[in-house]
Amino acid sequence: MKKLISVVLILAMASGLVACSALTSKSKLIKVGIVNNPPAESGYRAANVADFEKVFTEENGYDVSTYYSLKNDEQLNAAGQFITDGVDYLLISAAATDGWESVLSSAKEAGVKVFLFDRMLNADESLYEAAVVSDMAQEGITAVEWLKSQKLDSYKVVHIQGAMGSDAQIGRTAALEAEFAAGTMTKVAQQTATWDEAEAKKIVEAVINSGEEFNVIYAENDGMAKGAVAALDEAGITHGVGKEVIIMGFDCNKWALRELLAGNWNYDGQCSPFQASVIHEMIQKLEAGEKLAEKKVISKERGFDATTITQADIDTYGLGE
Amino acid sequence: MQEGIVLSMHRICKAFPGVRALQNVDFTLRKGEIHALMGENGAGKSTLIKVLTGVYPKDSGQVYISGINREITVKSPQEAQNLGISTVYQEIMLCPNLTVAENMFIGRGNYRFVNWRSMEEKATEILTKLNIPVRATQQLVACSLAVQQMVAIARSVDMDCKVLILDEPTSSLDESEVAKLFSLMRELKSRGVGIIFITHFLEQAYEISDRITVLRNGELVGEFEVEKLPRIELVTKMMGKALDDISELQNRKASNINTDTAPVFEASGLSSAGGARTFDFKIHKGEVNGFTGLLGSGRSESVRAIFGADKITGGSVKVEGKNVRITKPKDAMKHGIGYLPEDRKQDGIVEDLSVRENILLALQVMKGFFRPFSKAEAEAFADEYIRLLGIKTASADTPIKSLSGGNQQKAILARWLLTNPKYLILDEPTRGIDVGTKVEIQKLVLKLAEEGVSVTFISSEIEEMLRTCSRLIVMRDRKIVGELTGDDMTQLKIMHTIAGEAAQNG
Amino acid sequence: MDNGLKKFSRSQLVVPLFSLFLLIVFNLIRDVGFFSVIVTTNNEGNTVLSGNLISILNGASELAIIAIGMTLVTASSGGQDISVGAAAAIAGSVFVRVLRENQITMPIILAAFLAGCVVAIIFGSFNGTLVAAFKIQPMIATLILFTAGRPIAYWINGGATPTVSSSLLNYIGSFIPGIPIPTPIIIVIIFGVLVSLVLRFTNLRLYTQAVGINERSARLTGINAAGIKLLSFMILGVCVAISGSIGVSRIGLINHETLLLDIEMDAILAVAIGGNSLGGGKFSLTGSVIGAYIIQALTITLYAMKVSSTAVKAYKAIVIIAIVIISSPIVKEYALRLRGRLLGKPKEVTENQ
Repeated sequence: MKKLISVVLILAMASGLVACSALTSKSKLIKVGIVNNPPAESGYRAANVADFEKVFTEENGYDVSTYYSLKNDEQLNAAGQFITDGVDYLLISAAATDGWESVLSSAKEAGVKVFLFDRMLNADESLYEAAVVSDMAQEGITAVEWLKSQKLDSYKVVHIQGAMGSDAQIGRTAALEAEFAAGTMTKVAQQTATWDEAEAKKIVEAVINSGEEFNVIYAENDGMAKGAVAALDEAGITHGVGKEVIIMGFDCNKWALRELLAGNWNYDGQCSPFQASVIHEMIQKLEAGEKLAEKKVISKERGFDATTITQADIDTYGLGE
Repeated sequence: MQEGIVLSMHRICKAFPGVRALQNVDFTLRKGEIHALMGENGAGKSTLIKVLTGVYPKDSGQVYISGINREITVKSPQEAQNLGISTVYQEIMLCPNLTVAENMFIGRGNYRFVNWRSMEEKATEILTKLNIPVRATQQLVACSLAVQQMVAIARSVDMDCKVLILDEPTSSLDESEVAKLFSLMRELKSRGVGIIFITHFLEQAYEISDRITVLRNGELVGEFEVEKLPRIELVTKMMGKALDDISELQNRKASNINTDTAPVFEASGLSSAGGARTFDFKIHKGEVNGFTGLLGSGRSESVRAIFGADKITGGSVKVEGKNVRITKPKDAMKHGIGYLPEDRKQDGIVEDLSVRENILLALQVMKGFFRPFSKAEAEAFADEYIRLLGIKTASADTPIKSLSGGNQQKAILARWLLTNPKYLILDEPTRGIDVGTKVEIQKLVLKLAEEGVSVTFISSEIEEMLRTCSRLIVMRDRKIVGELTGDDMTQLKIMHTIAGEAAQNG
Repeated sequence: MDNGLKKFSRSQLVVPLFSLFLLIVFNLIRDVGFFSVIVTTNNEGNTVLSGNLISILNGASELAIIAIGMTLVTASSGGQDISVGAAAAIAGSVFVRVLRENQITMPIILAAFLAGCVVAIIFGSFNGTLVAAFKIQPMIATLILFTAGRPIAYWINGGATPTVSSSLLNYIGSFIPGIPIPTPIIIVIIFGVLVSLVLRFTNLRLYTQAVGINERSARLTGINAAGIKLLSFMILGVCVAISGSIGVSRIGLINHETLLLDIEMDAILAVAIGGNSLGGGKFSLTGSVIGAYIIQALTITLYAMKVSSTAVKAYKAIVIIAIVIISSPIVKEYALRLRGRLLGKPKEVTENQ
């Protein structure tokens, strides 16, 4: 069965590449190969893919081939194939951080310029032009700074973590963990719900049932925040601007930002999936013969406050619909 | 212990809840003797063996074995084997997907590394010596039941046993294979192995054994020398009553067969993917007929095709003169056909279900998925048939797997009687069950025929078929090669027909 | 010892009930008020019950329903469906899709649920056909949907976490005004009653057990063995659709990646803890449902004890290993023998000749 699946995948991949090569006759276009994770991975990824599809178009002067996979080895193969096909630029958001060195070296030998986006790789800096990434730790710091600015008498925090070990979890946990360690905030509960909304609800229910007081829910993504809020609603605990419990989420889904606008939640931290235009600008610079200023470009990421958010913010920064 | 005695069991008792399975049973086995252990189902034969081999702990009594000067307590089959007691069970307990050689050597010795080649060579040597027609490298599952049985014996023999227990080894063998097995047993006997031979076949017991120990209802009836025990006396001792039923049966062959009306069942050109080659067949109301032939001759395959048990590949079928389609068992059941399968364990019983559920299953299926019987109805039906057929069970709720073979068979029979069939197919209904039950089943068949039920009766015992059937269909190599009725129905004639000499002698 | 007690002590429900009892006693010792139920007013203004007991009963709803279907599949096919989580994501996505394309009213919710049901039954039939007609091992057959299911769920809505919000949906996911018990608990009760009625008025139990114990015998008594297997997968499909819809209604959002994540493993565990053989045959739905509540009670207990999040699964595994070992035939036989020795009674063995 496994064999059958892999055969199908190979065929699918091959036909995709044949289709790509059919387009190569258009000489003026810049040939770009994009290796990304599939849009079904998450709302974040869907927005990320949409962003690249919007920017890297024929009108903007690109001949684009894209390969999606959650598996590193498949991504590596695809990248190798792109190099063989003679792309000018290779854009990579890797499934795993290791194992890329040799592919990037062969890209360099073949004169293919590499950009990393969204995720860093374990590879020498010289092997790529630049990396456009999010700084998850910075997201956590921004959120915790915002929380401190609320000037509460005490901070009793229920901390709902994402899948343990993921970049987002590590980054978003770190800043809050530091506050717990410093004693400026109290850890009422800290559990992982592995990004699962229903699990987040159960965790908050357990805290409520234990009778312990809390006034902040710090959930590491919007879904889990929504799960937590469902538990509060059932227990008759108010939440949002000027209410009993402060609700904090991440990712800036449109529906989450609307909760902010309605005052049901207090804060949502952005994790920007919009790297395409930054890379586009850099490619244009390289094409014009200019040099790039920095190796690592951190995406600008904001945190939204329920008291200041506008519909325009939702339209611009919200993910999904 | 006396000279020449390999095994002595003294005043063995064993009770199960509600059943005293063994009461003060003595058993003695001499060196180089074949000792038949006989009795009806439930007599305690299997329990005695299981106590001896450590499957069950005994409640009281002593066991002695030659070479050890004190009483022994066998705690596990493994231990029994180490003491030189080997058992070959009726149901073959080998690994079907291993090779013959692997089966012969698996679980023996403490080696971590196996030299496959020397193992195969050794196995081949033993197989050749015992004249067993199989290659050591063949997968066991590809061998016939008889050969599997012989491999199991070969395995035990090779383990230097003092006591070899054969639990109904012949029940699935045809006559030539039985003969081979017997020569194997005689060979072992001459080497001084004591053999306990459990069987339901009187003829076989007389042919091969030196002594017979008879058990009845968990008690010892006695130990007899074969020459001094007339058959009728043996049967009497096993049954616990004078038995003239068997001779009585002989002349009651149904004579009320009605051949004027259309046959109850008629097939022409029927064939199946299960191995039935194109054949024609019909049976009249109230008739008892039989399919006979060697193992693998196609008799079971043919009746399976009649019942729609295998995929039908051709032919047409009439029930009471009307064309019908039978493609699956339920079709056959709807037309009043019942089928008691050859392999009771695999095709008959539903092990974990209760006796009641097993009895009721076919009728329930005919009644329909959405119309289950009420608890009271189910109990009434089951109780009636448990009483009618004398099924020995602790209760109707007991799982059928804990009944003895004969009682399981009766329950399956009850399953089909309950559907009130017009035509009942019984494939080896008497295999592996005791003499008493055999006679009961034969009588039942004749009684059903008198009541107008048509019956197809298949048995490996030709005498049994001669007693019950009024017409015999003889098969060879999956083809019908003859049909015998009336005076033609003799053992000799059947043998000739099977052997393909009918033309010369007929 | 009187007969009833004796019968009970041999029933397959002993171990699950005893485990549940131990969990309860453990919690009561730890915190007397653990199971206290309090009356409160929720944010919708309804009077509702809350507390750990409610959380356990409520939180286990999806698992309990899927465990029922999983029990039937296990009993008939002797294997397990590992695609239930993925199938629930599909059913939930269909549910959300229909809701999002319409003005949400009660009939629309019902229609959305039925649409989810139909789709789940179709996928169940797919699994069932592979198992019944093509004789593929259930775990292998359902591996296909297990792998493909969540991407299919994504495709249905074309977005990662579409939301639906309506107070009507809250009626299903949390409370109906005027009824203080969470609706999922009520759904489990209704579903349980329905299933027991089906078992009472059809031969589902008899046929399923017969097929699971001995397919060949079952077939030769006229039972459509393949049909029964297929049916069990279709019933599981209905269970999956109900659970998926409840899951969506609770949060008002579907995340195809996390909806009822890993529920297949919990459901299989519930079946095993309930004393059912994973090899098929005789079954007890009550056992499986108790199994589901044990798993949920365990989770809530660990949360209440603030067991570090990374360790929760490990603790769960330890307790489950203990339960499964206790209910293994070897330990049972040992316990019987021990009891026999202590009470001086003969060992109980199946009667045989």
